[in-house]
Amino acid sequence: MHIRIEKVAFRYSDEVKALNDISLTINQGERVAFIGHNGSGKTTLVKHLNGLLRPSEGKVWIGSHQTENMSVAALARMVALSFQNPDDQISKRRVWDEVAFGPKNLKYSKTRTHDLVERSLALFGLLPQMNYNPYDLGYSERKRAALASIIAMDTPIVVFDEPTAGMDTHEIRLLKGVLDKLQQETKTVIIISHDMDFVAEQFPRVICLKNGEKRFDGSSRTAFEDKDLLASCRLRQPQIARLSSYFERAELALTPGEFVRGFHR
Amino acid sequence: MPALEVSHLTFTYPTATRPSLTNLSFTVEAGELVAVVGANNSGKSTLCYALSGVVPNFYRGRYAGSVVAGEMNTTGYTISELAQKVGLVMQIPANQLSGVRYTVFEEVAFGLENLGVSRSEITERVTAVLAVTGLSNLGDRSPYQLSGGQQQKLALAAVLAMSPSILVLDEPTTFLDPEGALKVFDILLELKQQGKTIIIAEQRLEWVAEYADRVIVLANGELVLSGTPEEVLISNIIKEIGLEWMPYTRTAELANQMGLWESDRPLPSTFAATVTGFSNPEG
Repeated sequence: MHIRIEKVAFRYSDEVKALNDISLTINQGERVAFIGHNGSGKTTLVKHLNGLLRPSEGKVWIGSHQTENMSVAALARMVALSFQNPDDQISKRRVWDEVAFGPKNLKYSKTRTHDLVERSLALFGLLPQMNYNPYDLGYSERKRAALASIIAMDTPIVVFDEPTAGMDTHEIRLLKGVLDKLQQETKTVIIISHDMDFVAEQFPRVICLKNGEKRFDGSSRTAFEDKDLLASCRLRQPQIARLSSYFERAELALTPGEFVRGFHR
Repeated sequence: MPALEVSHLTFTYPTATRPSLTNLSFTVEAGELVAVVGANNSGKSTLCYALSGVVPNFYRGRYAGSVVAGEMNTTGYTISELAQKVGLVMQIPANQLSGVRYTVFEEVAFGLENLGVSRSEITERVTAVLAVTGLSNLGDRSPYQLSGGQQQKLALAAVLAMSPSILVLDEPTTFLDPEGALKVFDILLELKQQGKTIIIAEQRLEWVAEYADRVIVLANGELVLSGTPEEVLISNIIKEIGLEWMPYTRTAELANQMGLWESDRPLPSTFAATVTGFSNPEG
């Protein structure tokens, strides 16, 4: 189920254009990171994927469906989107019920719902907390619960807004496991992130927004080599890329392994 | 006399079965920038609350030991009295908004109004901190119409306006873009040079390596390690408490295994140290 965005512009009621002339295509099973400065339009853009926002101009297609003609409920079967702040998302008093909320709303069978909830909690290391009230959990645990409730919807397209914000490196490792699992299931995974080290290691393609416009769309290796692009979008090179640039490698390294192997030669 | 003295601090939230902080003792000198690292739920946020007196004056519980900020024992003063001495920037900026002010400018002015500072001085100080934090053009906006990153800058601005001599920050750059985060650390560095004392809970070890004078590591509410960033960030304890070394350190470790890193050269935690190590493989 591919995503096609065609010449999309968006205005919040009274303000300047939050998005302008955005066109892009994302194929099923791709891993894509949206990067860019605070206020560049990343969150506004992904909210067009599940119909939370509708374009002021242009069109958004999810598979063969144009979102203009679809309800949020129908889009929810195709695209699940987590919010940056889990507290904007959490509504139930028990972690299990929170994660079950999506699959139940999608009218999945009891067994399927149970299996999806259990699996999602396990992937995010939350089975021991399944009976807790989400508000008795720490911030990053609530964040994991919110992400678990998104993957429990078992949609072909999954969107995470700033998933690593507030997570420690152990939790980021869990998240990497989840991304691998989603990839095995050929789900499309889209994230928004300011965490350049995480993006460099996990996402082969980045789309960089600047002031509501698409400034770059291509391989993360190319993006992280381009210091002018990064500076103009208030971004920085990831650690390994910075090392690799310093030593003027023919091909930019993005992981410790790539860097050290390159050094050997 | 240290700027901050924590002695045998133990704290248990009312409904918790085990303490969030256990027998913590350490001091912070004036003009020092100390980072607190640890896995989530290791007690970092609770420590930030305790250093600023929010624990036990707002979040009550079983409290033993003491926190003395300047000459103020936090249990002997109200939160508003303490706020003039110790500023707290919370992890979730939305939790820090007053909820009773309509604009960013008024929100930053709120604490000063409560102190009875004159109108002209308020205007001057608020204008200055909005400029420092890059919020000048958002002064008339509602705090609730800001993005997560902008709210985070607002939370910092509101605390800076009070000009406390001690600043406690709980992951203050979580929602900022990389340049915005760098800006915040540059602000902290400047405050430090002015003699302010800064304690910052931080997950991103890259910032800790570049900016902290000293690092305290918490695990399950206990202080398990304290030292310079160069020592602490490459310690095995970082891995033992479930965290990962930063990419610079992992790269050098891998090179070391392949004989590409001088074996008696310490593993690096900064860009500069990593570059030096790879530039001089013969030591």
